Amino acid sequence: MADVTLTVDGKTITAPAGTLLIEACRKVGIEIPAFCYYPGLSLQAACRMCLVRIEKIPKLQTACTTPIAEGMIVATETDEIKQARKAMLELVLANHPLDCPVCDAGGECELQDMTFKYGAGGSQFVEIKNHRDEQQWSPVVFFDRPRCILCYRCVRVCNEGMDVAALGIQQRNAGSVIAPNDQTSLDCEQCGMCIDICPVGALTSDTYRYKTRPWEMTHVGTICTHCGDGCKTTLGVRRSDDGMQIVRGDNRDKSGLNGEFLCVKGRYAFDFANNTERLTQPLVRQPNGEFAPVSWEDAIQVVAQKFRAARDERGGSGIGVIGSTRITNEEAYLLQKTARSAFGTNNIDHHRTTDYVRFTRALAGQDHRMAGISDSISAPAIFVLGNDPTEQHPLLAWNLRTNVRHNSARVYLANHREIKLRHQAKPFVQISGNSYGKFVNFLGGASEPFGEDAAAIRDALRNEPNLLIIFGSELRGDAIDAMVKFGLSLPDAKFACLGDYVNSRGAADMGLYPDLLPGYQPVDGESTVRTEYGSRFPRQAGLDMGQMFEAASRNELAALYVVGDDPVERLGVSAQALRNTFVVVQDMFMTATAKLADVILPTANLYEKSGTVTNTFGDLQQVKKAADRAGVRSDLELIVRIADTMGEDVRTLVPFGKGVRADMGQSRGAQSGEADRHGIWLAAHDLEPKLSPFDPNAILDEIQRLVPGYDFDRIDLLAGNSQHVEPDGSGLVQISQTASRPDGVIPSGDTLFTSGTLGRYSEKLNEVEVFQAKKSMATAG
Amino acid sequence: MSLTNIVESPKPGETIFSPELAARFDKLVTLYPRRRSALIPMLLYAQDEIGYVSDAAIAEIGQRLDITVLDVRNVLTYYSMLRTKPIGKYNVQVCTNISCMLRGGKELFHHCEKRLGIGHKQTTPDGMFSLEEVECIGACSWAPAVQVNYDFHDELTPESLDEVLQQYRSKAGQ
Amino acid sequence: MPRLVSHPEEVKVVSRRFGQGATDIERYIELDGYKAVRQALEQGPDWIIAQMKASNLRGRGGAGFPTGMKWSFVPKQSEKPKYVLVNGDESEPGTCKDHLIFLHDPHSVIEGTIIAGLAIGAKLGFIYLRGEYRYLLKIMEKAIADAYAKGFLGKGIFGSNFDFDIVSQTGAGAYEVGEESALMESLEGKRGIPRIKPPFPAVVGLYGGPTVINNAETIASVSHILNMGPEAYANLGSPRNGGTRLFCISGHAERNGVYELPMGYNLKKMIYEVAGGIRGGRQLKAVVPGGSSTPVLLASEIDIGMDFDQVGKAGSMLGSGGVVVLDDTVCMVEFALRTIQFYQHESCGWCIPCREGTDWLKKTLTRFHAGGGEAKDIDNIRYLAENMLGRTFCPLGDAAAMPTIAFVKKFRQEFEDHLNGKPCAYGRSPESQTLAPALVEVS
Repeated sequence: MADVTLTVDGKTITAPAGTLLIEACRKVGIEIPAFCYYPGLSLQAACRMCLVRIEKIPKLQTACTTPIAEGMIVATETDEIKQARKAMLELVLANHPLDCPVCDAGGECELQDMTFKYGAGGSQFVEIKNHRDEQQWSPVVFFDRPRCILCYRCVRVCNEGMDVAALGIQQRNAGSVIAPNDQTSLDCEQCGMCIDICPVGALTSDTYRYKTRPWEMTHVGTICTHCGDGCKTTLGVRRSDDGMQIVRGDNRDKSGLNGEFLCVKGRYAFDFANNTERLTQPLVRQPNGEFAPVSWEDAIQVVAQKFRAARDERGGSGIGVIGSTRITNEEAYLLQKTARSAFGTNNIDHHRTTDYVRFTRALAGQDHRMAGISDSISAPAIFVLGNDPTEQHPLLAWNLRTNVRHNSARVYLANHREIKLRHQAKPFVQISGNSYGKFVNFLGGASEPFGEDAAAIRDALRNEPNLLIIFGSELRGDAIDAMVKFGLSLPDAKFACLGDYVNSRGAADMGLYPDLLPGYQPVDGESTVRTEYGSRFPRQAGLDMGQMFEAASRNELAALYVVGDDPVERLGVSAQALRNTFVVVQDMFMTATAKLADVILPTANLYEKSGTVTNTFGDLQQVKKAADRAGVRSDLELIVRIADTMGEDVRTLVPFGKGVRADMGQSRGAQSGEADRHGIWLAAHDLEPKLSPFDPNAILDEIQRLVPGYDFDRIDLLAGNSQHVEPDGSGLVQISQTASRPDGVIPSGDTLFTSGTLGRYSEKLNEVEVFQAKKSMATAG
Repeated sequence: MSLTNIVESPKPGETIFSPELAARFDKLVTLYPRRRSALIPMLLYAQDEIGYVSDAAIAEIGQRLDITVLDVRNVLTYYSMLRTKPIGKYNVQVCTNISCMLRGGKELFHHCEKRLGIGHKQTTPDGMFSLEEVECIGACSWAPAVQVNYDFHDELTPESLDEVLQQYRSKAGQ
Repeated sequence: MPRLVSHPEEVKVVSRRFGQGATDIERYIELDGYKAVRQALEQGPDWIIAQMKASNLRGRGGAGFPTGMKWSFVPKQSEKPKYVLVNGDESEPGTCKDHLIFLHDPHSVIEGTIIAGLAIGAKLGFIYLRGEYRYLLKIMEKAIADAYAKGFLGKGIFGSNFDFDIVSQTGAGAYEVGEESALMESLEGKRGIPRIKPPFPAVVGLYGGPTVINNAETIASVSHILNMGPEAYANLGSPRNGGTRLFCISGHAERNGVYELPMGYNLKKMIYEVAGGIRGGRQLKAVVPGGSSTPVLLASEIDIGMDFDQVGKAGSMLGSGGVVVLDDTVCMVEFALRTIQFYQHESCGWCIPCREGTDWLKKTLTRFHAGGGEAKDIDNIRYLAENMLGRTFCPLGDAAAMPTIAFVKKFRQEFEDHLNGKPCAYGRSPESQTLAPALVEVS
C-alpha cells in the first residue's frame, strides 16, 4: 500500500496506508501504552490506555483502532492524555488486588510497569474491592479472578491463535469474568498461551505459581527437547541443591522461529529434568547381577576396556551403536565418527520416525526446495498430507492457522482422520489410512476413485505457484518420490517431511545410518567424509537397528553402545537377546534398555548442554545450556572420554585447540556443566578458542566443513538466528540404494500430551494427559 | 476444577423441549440469515417452558445453532432476564428506577418484601412467588410499575399491589 | 394497560392512531395506513430519501442524527444484502414512548420499516423490542402476520416486484443493546457489546451488510411524513428539528403521561400547562429533560424549547424524550445514586473506564448516601465522572458520567449536607438501597 505521512508529537512520520496509529508510532519510537491491543490478534478498544488526541476529532481516539491517514496531526503526550492514562490506571487498580509481593507476575507485570510509568502514586479508591477466590481450571492453569483486568488477550489467543475457543467472557458490568469452557475447568490443548499472554497475574501456571520471583531466575534461550518443530524456549532457571533447576519455560521475548508460541510440552514438560528417578551416578553391573554405583573413572575404564576388547577380538562388526533423536548434532556427528573410526564399525542407527533418506534423495540436486518452518507462516498455499500437526507439530499448526488468519493462505488437507486443522482447510479430503500412496499417484494424474473433493484439491494444487507441500510419515517409499515429483512439476513448490523429535532430522543429517555417512553420502563411495578420513572409515555398510539385535541374539554382537535411546522398549527386545552382549547405556533414566545394560552412564539432557539441533524442516538452531544437574555428564563428554580411554587420538576425533594446549576441562571444575558454561560465555563473546575436546564448537567446525548443506553463517547462528540447512542441494547426495532399501521407520505415535520415553518422566505431562483423557471420555460418554 | 460438568448433548432428532417449542425452534432458525441470530429468542422461550435455562437446554440450543456450550453461556449470562436456576411461578419484578422511585417504587418493593417474606432474587417456600428489584421496565409515565412474569401492572399503590398478588394466587389455585 | 392522556396543546402525528383500534389492520388502513408505502413504491428510493431529508426528522432514540442523511449513507451497490433494523429496545429510564407505539400502532412501524427498506434497497427488516416488552411482541407479531396475509409483506409486496420480509424479536434484558452496534450484536445472537466504529452500520452492519438502524418512533414517523409532505412536517417543529416528538412525562408532575408536542415546545409550559404542574402544588426542584443520561436542569433552567439544539445550549440533551420531573422532596444524592446504580448494572463491562468507573461511583455513592461520606468524596465523584467522560468505548460511559457531574455541580450543597454522618434531610433511609448487594452477584 502507498505510504501516508502524518505528524505525531511534532514529528513527521511515514508509514504504509492502513497501518494502525499505535504501530506507526511504535516504529518510530513513540510508545503508546495498551493492554488489550496485541499485534496479530483482533482489535478490542477496551482498555482505553492508548487514547490520543487527533486534531479535528472532538473525542480522544484509540490509537489501536485508528488507521493512519494523510495529514493526520496526533498528540500522544499532552497533559490531557497523561491524565487520561493516569485515570485509566486508577480505575483498573480500583478492583485489582495489590498482592504484587506474592503475585507470580510481580516484577514482570504490564500493569505494574504502566503504573510505574504513567500512573499515580496514590489512589482515591477507598471502597472494598470485589474479591473471588482463586480457581484451578486444569492441571496447569489457575485463574485469579480479581487480578484480571479484562484485556481479552487470553480469550483471543485461545480463539484466534489456537482455534480452541476454550475461554469465554461471561456476565457483564463489573461482574464480567473470563470463563472456561467446562464451567469450572478447561477442556483444551493446555498450551498455556493464555497464561503467557496475560499482562498481569490473573492466569498462572501450576508449574511456576508461587515458586519463585522473576528476578531470582536466570533466563536462557534454548531449544525445546520435544517434537521436531524445534521451538525456541526461554528457560527460567534457579540455583538448587544439586545444580540449576528449571522453573519455567516460555518464549515471552518472541525471538526464535516460533515467535511467542509454545505448546504444552514446551511450556511445562521440562520437569522430567527434575524427576526424582533421575540417574546421577554411573552404574556397573556386578558379578551378582546387581548394579553398583562406581566412580566415573572406573565406569569409563570398564566401558573402554570392553569396547576395545570387542573391537580387537571381533572386529568392528562386533560392535553396535545406537544414537538418539534428542542429542545435539555435534554429539550425533561425534558418535558416528567415533563408531566408524574408533570402533571400526558402520553398525550405526537411530530411531527413524520418517524417511529423510528417501526425501533427500528425491530432492537431490534441487536448490531451495526444502522448506523452513517459517515458510509455513508465509506461503500462500500449503498442502498437508498425513500427520496431525495439531497433535504432533503444534508450531506448524499454529503457523498454518496464523497464515490463514493473517494472509488468507489456502490450506489443502488430505488425511485419514478428521484432524482439527480441517477447520482451516478448504477443502479437506478424508482418505483411508492405506491409500496415501494411491492418493499421491492420483495427484500425479493416475485415475483413482477418490471422489470430487479430491479432484478439486488436485486441480487446485496444480494451479498453485509457491505451494508448500508438507507430508507425514504416512508417506513412505515410492510415494515420497511421487509426491516430490508432483511438487517439482509445479513452479516453485517447496517441501517438508515431518519427523517426530527435536533432532530427528539432525540425527539423519549427521549420518546415524549404517549405510550413509553425514549428509546422506554413501559409506562405500566418494564423499567429503571419505576424502578426509580415507580408510579409517569402514566401507562396508553396517547393520541397522533390527539387524543389530538379531546379531546379538545370534551372539554376533559383542558390544552395544546405546546413547539416549530405548530400543528395548520400542522394539520389544528380550533380555535373552542381549545376554551375551556387553551393553552400555547413556541415559537419564532406568529405561527398559538401561535395565539390560552392563554399564549405565547418567547423562545430561538437551537443557543441560550446548550445541546445535536441526528441526524437521532443516532449521538449525543453537542449544544453550540452561540447567545443570550434579552427577551427570553430556553425551559429548562421555563419547570423548570413552574414546580417549580406549587410546584414540582425541585430537583427531575432536579437532580442538588448533595448536593451543588444552586443559581437557579440568581447570574449569569437576562438572562438565561448568565447562560448558564457560563455553557459553565464550560463545556469547563470539570467541571460539576450542580449548577443550568437550567444546561442541570444535565439532561444529568439522560439521560445517564436511556435512553437505551445513556450510551456514556461523556468526548469524551465534547472533541467535536459525540457519536453514539443505543437504539435498549440495550435489553430493548420492544415495544409490534401490527402492528396496528398508526405511526402518517407526513413527512415534506421540500426541500433544506424550513425548516418547522422555514424556513418561514428565509428571506434568502425564497429569495433563490423564486429565484430558477423562474429559474426552466424559464427552464421548 | 472438576470433571463432572459435561452435559451430554441430545442425540440428533431428540429434544428436551415440547413438540410445539421444538417446532417453533425449527422455524425460528430459518428466519434469519444466520442461525445463531435465533439464540436469544430461543433462550427466552426455553426459559418460558422450563422455568429457567437448564444445562440440558443450553446443550440442545448450542447443538441446534452449531455453537459451543461456552458460547451459549457467554451470551446467556449477559442478559439480565435469563436465569440458570429455577424460580417461583410468578416473578414479581418491581421497578425502582428513577421515575418509579419518585412515585414510590422502593416503598413498593419493601412492601413486597414484607408481604411475601422474601428479599431480592428470593422465592417463597411454596414456590409461588419470586421477588426481584429491577431496572427501568419502560412504564415511566405510569409509575410505579411492576411486571409479574411478562404482565405489566401500572400506577400501583401497596394496596393495589396486594390485589394484584392476590389475583395471581387465585389464578394459581384454579 | 398504560393510561393514555390528551391535551389541547398536543399535535398528534405519531400518536394520532393511539386508542383508535389501529392494531387491527383494517382499522389501520382506514386511518390512512399503508398509503405512504404505496407512494414510496411508486416514487422510488431517491425520492424517499429526499423527502426524509426535507422533513428535518432527527433520530428519536437520543442522538438526534438526521434520518434522511443516515439513509443516504447506505451505499447503493452492495455485495452483501442490506438490512433495516428497528431499535425498539427502549430502555433509557424515563422513556416509555415506543411502548405506546407498539401497543397502539404496530403497523406504523411495519410501514416505516418497509419504506426504509425501499429507500436503501433492503429486503429484510428486523424489529427488535426490549425483552420486557414481550406482550408488545405478540401485538407486533400479529400485525406482521396480518401484513403478510394482505400481501404487504413477503414476495411482491403491494403487487409490486419488490420483496420485503420482517422478523421481530425481543432482547432479554440489557440497556446496552439500545446502542446501535450492540443491538446488531444482540440480533446476531451475541453478547451486547458495541462494535468498533468505523465502520459505521450504514456501510458494515448486520451480518456485514449495510444497515439502517432507526428508533421505533423515528420509523413510525416515516409514513406520516410522506402522507403530510415533508415541509408540512418540518414546519411543525423548530428550525433543523422537524416535526413532533413524544415526550414521556414522569415523576412528580400532576398529569404524567406521553404527550406529542412540536419539537421546540417550551419545557416549562410542558410541565406546568400540559402536565398540570407539580403534584400537590409542591415546588419544582429539577428536571431531567431527556432520560436519565441527560444532565439535570434546575427549576430555573427550564424556560427553554425542547429541541436538540436548545436543550444542548442549556447544557443538557434532548435525549430520548423522557422528561423526569423532580419536586422539592427529592434527595438529589439518592437520585444520583439510583441513576448510577442503573448504569453500573447495565454497563456491558467491555471497557475499563465504564466498567470500573460505574462500579466505583456506585460504591462511593452508596456509602455516601448511607452517611459514610467524607468531604473529599464529593470532588472524587466528580473527578471520576470527568475521567470517564469521552473516554469510554461507547456512549454508556458518558451517559453515566454526564448526569453525575451535573448532580454534583448543581446540588453540591445537598452532598455536603450528607457529610459527617448526618441523616438524609429528606428522610430517605440507606436501607432503601436494596440493589446494592444484589447486583454484584456474580457467578
